[in-house]
Amino acid sequence: MAPFHTIFFINQIQEEGMNDTGYDYSVVKGFAFSALFWLVIGLVIGLWIAFEMFNPALNLTPWLSFGRLRVVHTNGLGLGFGLAGIFATAYYMLQRLTRTPLPFPGLAKAHLWLFNAAIAAAAVSLMAGLNTTKEYAELEWPLDVGVVILWVMFAVNVFAILIKRQEKQMYISLWYLVAMTVTVAVLYIVNNLEIPLTLFKSYSLYAGANDANVEWWYGHNIVGFIFTVPVLAMFYYFLPKATGLPIYSHRLSIVSFWSLIFAYLWTGAHHLMLTPLPEWIQTVAIAFSIFLIAPSWGSVVNGYYTLQGNWDQMRTNYLTKFFILGITFYGLQTLQGPLQGLRTLNAFFHYTDWVVGHVHMGTMGWVTMIISASFYYMIPKVTGRELYSVKLANTHFWLILVGQLAWTVTMWIGGIQQGAMWKATNPDGSLMYSFLDGLTSLYPYYRIRFVSGVVYFIGILVFGWNLIQTVRQAPSAATEA
Amino acid sequence: MGIYSKPVVLAVTSALVILIGTVVTVFVPMFMPSTQPVSAYVKPYTAIEQEGRDIYMREGCNNCHTQTVRPLRTEVLRYGEYSKAEEFAWDRPFLWGSRRTGPDLNRIGGKYPDSWHYRHMHSPQSMFEKSNMPPYGWLAENRLDTSNSFRKTQILGYGYSEAEVQQQIADYKAKVSAPDYDSKATRDQVTPEALRGDLTEMDAIIAYMQKLGRDVKAMEAMQ
Repeated sequence: MAPFHTIFFINQIQEEGMNDTGYDYSVVKGFAFSALFWLVIGLVIGLWIAFEMFNPALNLTPWLSFGRLRVVHTNGLGLGFGLAGIFATAYYMLQRLTRTPLPFPGLAKAHLWLFNAAIAAAAVSLMAGLNTTKEYAELEWPLDVGVVILWVMFAVNVFAILIKRQEKQMYISLWYLVAMTVTVAVLYIVNNLEIPLTLFKSYSLYAGANDANVEWWYGHNIVGFIFTVPVLAMFYYFLPKATGLPIYSHRLSIVSFWSLIFAYLWTGAHHLMLTPLPEWIQTVAIAFSIFLIAPSWGSVVNGYYTLQGNWDQMRTNYLTKFFILGITFYGLQTLQGPLQGLRTLNAFFHYTDWVVGHVHMGTMGWVTMIISASFYYMIPKVTGRELYSVKLANTHFWLILVGQLAWTVTMWIGGIQQGAMWKATNPDGSLMYSFLDGLTSLYPYYRIRFVSGVVYFIGILVFGWNLIQTVRQAPSAATEA
Repeated sequence: MGIYSKPVVLAVTSALVILIGTVVTVFVPMFMPSTQPVSAYVKPYTAIEQEGRDIYMREGCNNCHTQTVRPLRTEVLRYGEYSKAEEFAWDRPFLWGSRRTGPDLNRIGGKYPDSWHYRHMHSPQSMFEKSNMPPYGWLAENRLDTSNSFRKTQILGYGYSEAEVQQQIADYKAKVSAPDYDSKATRDQVTPEALRGDLTEMDAIIAYMQKLGRDVKAMEAMQ
């Protein structure tokens, strides 16, 4: 094993010594700050709907009602923040790891502008009630066409740079980016096949149980191939960069990669446990969900062992703790997910706030931690400036860590309570609580969740401030030379 | 190591790897009639019910309400008979939902009179002080747009003629604006005077609520 990762490590070091001229970083910066912008917008909407959960007075107009805003929150953060963060880091990693400038910088620039226009149009259309209701695929068909065009614009640069590359071997992160590029296209197109009625309305091509099955095959895997696969690409690239340590095992990363992308696609139906979907599809999904623990933890273990003998970096290197906490939440997420998928546990937890807590550990913990740290490493490199403040980066870390933990643990407790109240019966077999009893008992948790969200949001504002100040400084002497 | 230096081969191999699970668990079931069985008892939505369903989708009601009762003892006690696959044969898209901030609605049809729904949609808090449901009184201020109703039923394959759709619309309008409509008083309270002789978005979404889970009862009674 040693020769492989040694070779990759050496390549990375060599690549680091290269002259930076020729690489196109404007699009990297553009996407990074777009990500930041949509992150702030998405979180403001998140706070708004978190407040509506215990005080419906904020449903001021139809445009601000919970049912419409919730999808603006999920799409704004998933597509706006998540995808922009992925595009920013992908355009950076692709150039560095292939030692090749972007083949079509003009196309990438158009991609950036069209992307932001599409996200803005998406937010407005969802607030206007143009909603196909398929989760994480709520956009109406003209915007779906736009998304596909955007994806092709990205894919052209991905494959062109890989074909033209100067570096013979493709590093782990590049395989993850290739798998994402291919799979997201398949998922998005299949799930969004619709028959248009007007420009603003369409109906799904699939009916009933089949529509549900397609949707959750998509819903589960879009999370997998946007919130897992490219974030792992960042982890495998930026962790060694930030720590100066080579990835522990190249072979483990190969095994994890193939088994992850193979098993993921079988598991969507664990979102449809105990529904009228045929039982065999549910059972197959349970089996593969349990199997998925292995490749997920392959990456977790790879991350932990990379640090062996250098754990003092958790204290001395401000970036290391973002990566290690991030991969830890990924590990917890990928244990919790399969367990929730088990039929008996699912019967208790499904439809409660437990699942909401689960999702947010992944997004607020894993995804945001890794994207934050990747930006902290990357932005100074692409702008030729030192990071404005390590101290602020540490403040950001602790605020989002505490905010996220308080948020998710509160939702888990609330979820257990709600699940138990739904199931509770009197000695004569009748139900002990009305539905409303269960809901109103959660309002204290919803208040705590809102406050936790505010803490998290302040952490994100610190993050944004730190990056903006970094860019506004004079170029540092070291990188200027 | 060959594949890791050949991006196109890597992309094609990745595509094949992800398609195996996709084909087995998603594409093959699409061609198995047992995945989405049909029953003659479960009828398509009327044009008005479909308009109501579209409003349900527009307002994102599925973000808080599920439409699947699971085969669990307390769930059947709370909502009624568990959901059967047949009842969703006409549903494009499905609206099973994923989170119950509000109760499941799969068996809501016929549970309450229309008047209950008018009052509740208008102001949930007037009936349940601590409810967190947004008020939807403004739906009664919007005239129902039926200009696409026929085309909708065509696309969805409901098999109605244009005359049938017009008849459904006229019948429902006659029903809710009749002097002897059993929920007239409540409807008049929430509907502006100018629209009382017409159909509103509120009328349509309530028609949809009352359809949910009703046809399947006849099917279940036969089993």
